[in-house]
Amino acid sequence: MTIENLVEIKDLNFSYDKRPVLKGVNMTMPRGKVIAIMGGSGCGKTTLLRLIGGSVTPSSGYVKVANQVVHELSRNELFRLRRKMSMLFQFGALFTDLSVFDNVAFQMREHTDLPESVIRDLVLMKLHSVGLRGAHNLMPGELSGGMARRVALARSIALDPMLVMYDEPFAGLDPISLSVIGNLIRRLTDALGMTSIVVTHDVHQSLAIVDYVYFISEGVIAAHGTPEEVEKSVSPFVHQFVHSEVDGPVPFHFPADTYATDLNLENSVA
Amino acid sequence: MPRRIVIGIRGIGHRVIDNIWRLGYATRFFILTLLKSGSSIRRFSLIIRELYFTGVLTLIIIVVSGLFVGMVLGLQGYETLQKYGAETSVGTLVALSLVRELGPVVAALLFASRAGSAITAEIGLMKATEQLEAMGMMAVDPIARVVAPRFWAGVISMPLLAAIFSAMGIFGGYLIAVVLIGVDEGSFWSQMQSVVDFRFDIVNGIIKTCVFGVAVTAIAVFEGFDAQPTAEGVSGATTRTVVTSSLVILGLDFILTSFMFRGVG
Repeated sequence: MTIENLVEIKDLNFSYDKRPVLKGVNMTMPRGKVIAIMGGSGCGKTTLLRLIGGSVTPSSGYVKVANQVVHELSRNELFRLRRKMSMLFQFGALFTDLSVFDNVAFQMREHTDLPESVIRDLVLMKLHSVGLRGAHNLMPGELSGGMARRVALARSIALDPMLVMYDEPFAGLDPISLSVIGNLIRRLTDALGMTSIVVTHDVHQSLAIVDYVYFISEGVIAAHGTPEEVEKSVSPFVHQFVHSEVDGPVPFHFPADTYATDLNLENSVA
Repeated sequence: MPRRIVIGIRGIGHRVIDNIWRLGYATRFFILTLLKSGSSIRRFSLIIRELYFTGVLTLIIIVVSGLFVGMVLGLQGYETLQKYGAETSVGTLVALSLVRELGPVVAALLFASRAGSAITAEIGLMKATEQLEAMGMMAVDPIARVVAPRFWAGVISMPLLAAIFSAMGIFGGYLIAVVLIGVDEGSFWSQMQSVVDFRFDIVNGIIKTCVFGVAVTAIAVFEGFDAQPTAEGVSGATTRTVVTSSLVILGLDFILTSFMFRGVG
């Protein structure tokens, strides 16, 4: 039986040191789609990925992946689930003591008994799919930011996962690398039949490749919809975010006393 | 004034509680490392790879330091012993000093500075660059895959390095006493052979190096794993590894010596 929604999030609350980060979040992520989670820095996007991956436990509510409630799994069950999902970290998180080839081969060697000849072919195929077959002998320190991100992408699809999570995959990339990564996410998702969750604040790049968008603001879902719906949205928050406006529901100024009070002008006027 | 005293006492209390908590955490981490060592012992190639980084790359400092320590012992020993006409015992003095004390202790201090700090910095940086978290997300336990092989490599390297240190030291003493000063070669070696006892001196020296190896490497891997994931955090952890390891080596040496050599000799 195929499961329609690969990820289901229900009434999810998460607090960090008694500070609420996520407040009653509900989401569904259908199989085979690319879903973007957008929001300002520190709004809880990355925390949401950690909750899906089981690195942290929710205060209440649940995250279900492939019909399993993630935080109720034992350590062994969680590790079994994690073999079918992977995560692309913001700066790649490549193992710096291993070559590009060994980075991509890492999971194959850890989790399978495949002979080295098969691993070699598989690694070269994965690297070919991200355009870096020729770089398999390089060390991570010899790669540019965009190349490192592509190697990390090849590593994340090494065992053909059902779910790949991307934490800010576009951060700090030049425009060409940005399009390359965006296109690869879309192409690999379709080719491998996996589900992708992209956490980002790069509006234009992500709206071009995703199927559905969730906006998170102050721990709640502020808006959601297809890229077309989002672009036409009249919600003030979405409008400000999509059109990169300086002021709006997300204020320019951090909360503070009045300007006059801070500059001691009130007393002098009196 | 009383308020300041209360704040001071409270501060001391906080620090004591924090350190006790951290000691408990470190102990738990050490036990976890031992429990999760099975896979690295089965895949011995992981340990061999780390043996190169912790053992082989530390060789040069061990060899050079051992040679110089032995040469200094030879010089100083000869200077003192010749006043009593016992200069032929210089070999015994050099060998006993090295095998019982200086070999294990100085080699362990050098090992902590060279290999221990490198282990902490490497694991700390892996944490800061999210490599450990990435490994966990790939369903690979970082303690089993990263910490355990480094721990066992350190434990295996330490006695070997200390043995090389002592051997080089004895050779340094020989160079100075026999080759340079001209002490009788036969007496130099035969007195050493008759006085140095395998059970009391060599075995006890080896036990010391094993204990130091476990202590230094356990401290190094724990500090790396527990480091704050920032540049400042990693540098602080590296410093703590060297300082804590050095104090632990000296403290343990006193305890071990008091049990091993009391009344011997």
